[in-house]
Amino acid sequence: MKQGTARWRMNDKVIRSLLFVCAAISVVAVLLITVMIFVEAFPALKETGVWDFIAGTKWKPTDTPPQFGILPMIVGSVYVTGLALLFGLPIGMATSIFMAEIAPPKVAVVLRRAIEILAGIPSVVYGFFGLMMVVPIVQTLGGTGMSVLTASIILAVMILPTIVSVSEAALRAVPAEYKEGSLALGASHWQTIVRVQVPAAKSGILAATVLGIGRAVGETMAVILVAGNIPVIPESILKAVRTMTVNIVLEMGYVQPGSLHYSALFATGAVLFVFIMLLNFSIRALTKTRGEKQKNAKKH
Amino acid sequence: MQRSTRKKAVQGVAFSFLWIGAIITIVVLLVIVGYILYQGVPGLSWEFLTQSPKAGGKEGGILPMLVNTIFLVIASLAIAIPVGVLSAVFLAEYAKQGRIVRLIRSAAENLAGIPSIIFGLFGFIFFGKILGLGWSLLNGALTAAIVVLPTIMRTSEEALLAVPQSYREGSLSLGATRWQTVTRVVLPAASPGILAGLMLSMGRIVGETAALIFTLGSADRIAQSLMDSARPLSVHLYILAHEGISTPKAFSTATVLIILVLILNLTAAFLVSRANKNRKTKG
Repeated sequence: MKQGTARWRMNDKVIRSLLFVCAAISVVAVLLITVMIFVEAFPALKETGVWDFIAGTKWKPTDTPPQFGILPMIVGSVYVTGLALLFGLPIGMATSIFMAEIAPPKVAVVLRRAIEILAGIPSVVYGFFGLMMVVPIVQTLGGTGMSVLTASIILAVMILPTIVSVSEAALRAVPAEYKEGSLALGASHWQTIVRVQVPAAKSGILAATVLGIGRAVGETMAVILVAGNIPVIPESILKAVRTMTVNIVLEMGYVQPGSLHYSALFATGAVLFVFIMLLNFSIRALTKTRGEKQKNAKKH
Repeated sequence: MQRSTRKKAVQGVAFSFLWIGAIITIVVLLVIVGYILYQGVPGLSWEFLTQSPKAGGKEGGILPMLVNTIFLVIASLAIAIPVGVLSAVFLAEYAKQGRIVRLIRSAAENLAGIPSIIFGLFGFIFFGKILGLGWSLLNGALTAAIVVLPTIMRTSEEALLAVPQSYREGSLSLGATRWQTVTRVVLPAASPGILAGLMLSMGRIVGETAALIFTLGSADRIAQSLMDSARPLSVHLYILAHEGISTPKAFSTATVLIILVLILNLTAAFLVSRANKNRKTKG
């Protein structure tokens, strides 16, 4: 009997270490990804200089000597993301407040399904839809239709599910007493939403926004089909634009492995990676303060 | 009195804006799905699903891509399920809360935020060049497994944590070991939630493109082995659309993709709602 339990304890240790190894894989993956991207990026960053790489406005990888400046792509990513937020955030906020506060339960369920479906549609399908439907419409405003505007319309739709589901969850997490208190004091439902519910869910809503930004900055296949992809800072929202992600996919196909151009594509990836990591950290900071606040609220 | 009518008027206007926002969301979804299906369904036929593409996709069907996509899903999940579910078991059942658990959680969160294209670059260089897998089904599967790992970990952990503590106590008090309790009591009870996570992951793999272009390659025939390059549906759609090969074929391919993803996501939603119902009746 004693021997039996001893054996089980042994097994328990073996199992625990096995499980630990599995769990450690995600840590190893993050480390490996970081190391690989930066190792491959190093030659181009060293040759061009980090500042000239980031602030250089000329991307001419096949010239002699080649020029690797990705400012147009950084600006491009910022433009399409900013405009996507401008379109997507109001609609997303309205939808999430609607779902959390005033939708009849059945309508809310239908909306939630719709949001889940939107979230599941592959990005290449969004891009194809944009190419077939949005590009011709934008074309009527002037230009080729492949533009900052087109890309950001598609991105606005793509970030909608993230914004809606995360802000809705944040709004629903607001303690019911807050709302009851406000209504009992004679505030209207709308006043309660604006002055109590939304401020209380602020950090969650911010986290939703930052998640949406991350999704838009990192999106590739949808953008590549509709943005025109010219590596120049666009002069208007009807002009073509190339984002960092697109820069990688577009040229990776024909680049000579080991060349400086190849390394410059990884360096583009490295800059994108740094962007995303900064966003990840800010989400962590936002959700952390929210968690602590809720804990404190429960204590009182 | 006047103030309260004003208050009501403001609320009325504000609420109609909220309604409009929600309606836009629904309309956008209907327009996208409706447009793709409207244009793509006429091109769907038995031949389209069972023939190989001809002339680079201008003619013929999508059979190899369909099969490759299925291969890819199976191979990626064969890697991601054990790692993801066992990680979740570690986090939910075995680990003491502390620095290591925090580190693992934050790594998984970071992974979830990394864009597909970065995974693609990583797979290309690490699995492809360093491990020598080149453009292959195995490379694509390993890369896609990392892409869905955080989803599987998170959904499985949530499902495990939702299993009532009394189940574990009951099993342990009957003399079962912790591992027996996990495998025979906790995991079965959590299985609908875990399954829902798997469905979502399958949807993600089916739609994944940027992470696969440089890892899986784009050979348009059925992969004969794990080391074969294999073009999945998503990459096929990208090539058809980007190179302007055939708009009708692209619409039909997009239709197949949307139908696949819809089935997977709706199954996941169904599983989640059933799991929630069970919890309510049992709780």
